[in-house]
Amino acid sequence: MASYQVGDSLPELRVTPDAGLPRRYAEASGDMNPIHIDEEFAKSVGLPGCILHGLYSMAQVARAHTEAAGDPLALKRLAVQFRGMGFPEQEIRVTATVKAVEGDRVVTATEAAQGDNRIIRNGEAEFTA
Amino acid sequence: MAIKTDAVGKSWEPVSFEVEAARITQYADVVGEASPIHRDAEAARAAGYRDVVAPPMFAVVYSLPALGAALFDEEVGMDFARMVHGAQEFVWGEPVCADDVLSTTVTCKSIDERAGLGFYVFESVSTNQDGAETVRGTWTNIVRGVS
Repeated sequence: MASYQVGDSLPELRVTPDAGLPRRYAEASGDMNPIHIDEEFAKSVGLPGCILHGLYSMAQVARAHTEAAGDPLALKRLAVQFRGMGFPEQEIRVTATVKAVEGDRVVTATEAAQGDNRIIRNGEAEFTA
Repeated sequence: MAIKTDAVGKSWEPVSFEVEAARITQYADVVGEASPIHRDAEAARAAGYRDVVAPPMFAVVYSLPALGAALFDEEVGMDFARMVHGAQEFVWGEPVCADDVLSTTVTCKSIDERAGLGFYVFESVSTNQDGAETVRGTWTNIVRGVS
């Protein structure tokens, strides 16, 4: 069992969703909004192409925490804000810094970015360590 | 024109969701959750769960059907062409396993206007067949140009 101190960084998670990922996420989650799966529709509403589901990117933030904890069910709370749009075929980088430790509960400040585009900001996660 | 707030406090009928092991595995594959406990009942039982167990963010899968009714309600009146998912929070309780039957109730918590943006906040509460809470979600949708 890892012990955490305020200021510690969790291991960074890096993942590059492929071009087909938004469709697979749509089918797995049930969120079939065409801006994620229909290139023509996405372009017709002014987007450069299909965008990632924010909840997919949030799932990567979740995974960064459960992998750090070494327990797939360690996550007890996660709050995020969706800001920049995420795109397939670009690497997502999830970072998290411990901001509080209370007993076996660890609280982090966390975000996700693609290059300089911070797609998830002001995230706060709580997990058991 | 002031933003319509009639739906604040409204709750919608609970929506039931039967959890299939295959659905958990499909979701885990897509989001990259690699543990065998999302795939194999024996591995899940060895880890102390009743059956194949869902990763936390599977909450999206069983909450969304209930959210749909609220989001599309004309009394809420969101303009989907101008809507973005602004923020999300989940607080997890009891783990979700294959063959669970979950019930999700959605309530409109607030509708506010700030600087021409409409903030629509919904809460979803999901419970399993034993009445234990599995997740509580707070879904914030932002609609541009409401005034």
